[in-house]
Amino acid sequence: MKRAFPILAVLTVALLCYGLYQALWVAPTEKTMGDVQRIFYYHVPSAWTAGVLFFVNFLASIAYLVWRNTKADALAVAAAEVGVVFCTIVLVTGPIWARPVWGIWWTWDLRLTLTLVLWLIYVSYLLLRRFSTSGQTPVIAAVLAIFGTLDIPLVYFSIWFFRTQHPQPVIGGGGSIDPRMLHAFFVNLIAFTCFGALICWARYRLEVLRREVEETQALESLLEPRSAR
Amino acid sequence: MVKPGPIGIARTTLLKDLRLEWRSKDAINSMLFFALLVVVIFSFSFDPTAEESRRIAGGLVWVSFLFAAVVALNQTWARELRNQVLDAYRVSPAPANSLFLAKSVGNFVFVAVLEALMTPLFIVFYNLRAVGPAYQLLIVAVLGTWALVVNGTFFAAISLRTRSREIMLPLLLFPISIPALLAMVEATSSILTGEFSPRFWIVLLVAYDVVFTIASLFLFELVLHAE
Amino acid sequence: MSYLYAAYIITWVIHIGYIGTLVRRYKRLRQEMEDLKRRN
Repeated sequence: MKRAFPILAVLTVALLCYGLYQALWVAPTEKTMGDVQRIFYYHVPSAWTAGVLFFVNFLASIAYLVWRNTKADALAVAAAEVGVVFCTIVLVTGPIWARPVWGIWWTWDLRLTLTLVLWLIYVSYLLLRRFSTSGQTPVIAAVLAIFGTLDIPLVYFSIWFFRTQHPQPVIGGGGSIDPRMLHAFFVNLIAFTCFGALICWARYRLEVLRREVEETQALESLLEPRSAR
Repeated sequence: MVKPGPIGIARTTLLKDLRLEWRSKDAINSMLFFALLVVVIFSFSFDPTAEESRRIAGGLVWVSFLFAAVVALNQTWARELRNQVLDAYRVSPAPANSLFLAKSVGNFVFVAVLEALMTPLFIVFYNLRAVGPAYQLLIVAVLGTWALVVNGTFFAAISLRTRSREIMLPLLLFPISIPALLAMVEATSSILTGEFSPRFWIVLLVAYDVVFTIASLFLFELVLHAE
Repeated sequence: MSYLYAAYIITWVIHIGYIGTLVRRYKRLRQEMEDLKRRN
């Protein structure tokens, strides 16, 4: 299993480079938006990866509640944290794309707003994990993760209807789709998914190591009084 | 002696809470004054014409209700913590749901009283008059308040064992409440202006309330024992 | 288009930054583990 990590890393870097090449040079320039549209090849795959990671967090949280497997909890933390990173990138690239195309930095359009709410929910999850003083933080955090995930369809529908009542420009939508664009898109989609999985795996291993160190420290402080004599 | 069922336990706990609160009027007084301050400050800050005010009143009203509710929710479990009631509850055979139900309904009553007292003030300061059917405002108020209170009570319990407990509650509550808040604000605005039908928003609020009431009842036991 | 480059660059800055923090935390934990093992 450990050997797979470097192999995946190399594969991922290769895919990312290929994706970059595709996005900047091979894909044709979009008719209406121009070259700025190429942000799309990074913006949407990042959103997809964040979504996948948050879903992993959801599954891991349930797995923890059902089987109380600490490894599942470590995975939940890792997936949430890396998911927030990718989510941040979506929220940053979105406005950078919107500004030259529509002249505004932000609009409460469906996808961007949904991403913002997701970001808020999972940042609050990470804050809970950091600030909790309970011995059973994993249980509480898992419960919060479930609440957050249950919220998502409600968020989607509320923003969707809000948009139909108050229409505004859609960021990241429209434009013609050339097969070369589709190719560039899918390459980057797979590349970023692998990249997300890779970093999540790294974060997971970091978490497992952190817990090992904590346990060893706790054990040592338990044994210390005896040896100090 | 007949063993009380879960509903009976919830009712007893609720009545006890209401009676304690009525005698000391701790929470209600502080919440009331805070709510009044919020209304006044908002009235200073946003001084719209009658036409504009109908459009933005929904947002203003619900934001101030939200802040007042957070003040109420933050001390939901304070009394229990002070007297080790939670420990007693954990070892008793009473189902955790009963405690949660009692707390939620109690909070609902408190916040509803607050809203009832703040609303006339808003009507006065903003010269509000509903163009659409006003009875629908009551439905929105009930559904919306329950949405805030059910999650608020649950997250207040989660926040018990955290540093900065008071700030943790709004930090957790606000993001998850966004669809409910959007629905409350939009429904209120559409009723006041009479421009749109609030039906979709009311249905969304019902869905929200159902989903999170069930989730809270289902998962509260885990949180209660996770201390 | 400077916006395009800004978007791509900032994406990688964020990613590299995050990976950097992971590497730093990993090194520190490894160091602590070594210390603990040596002490026992």
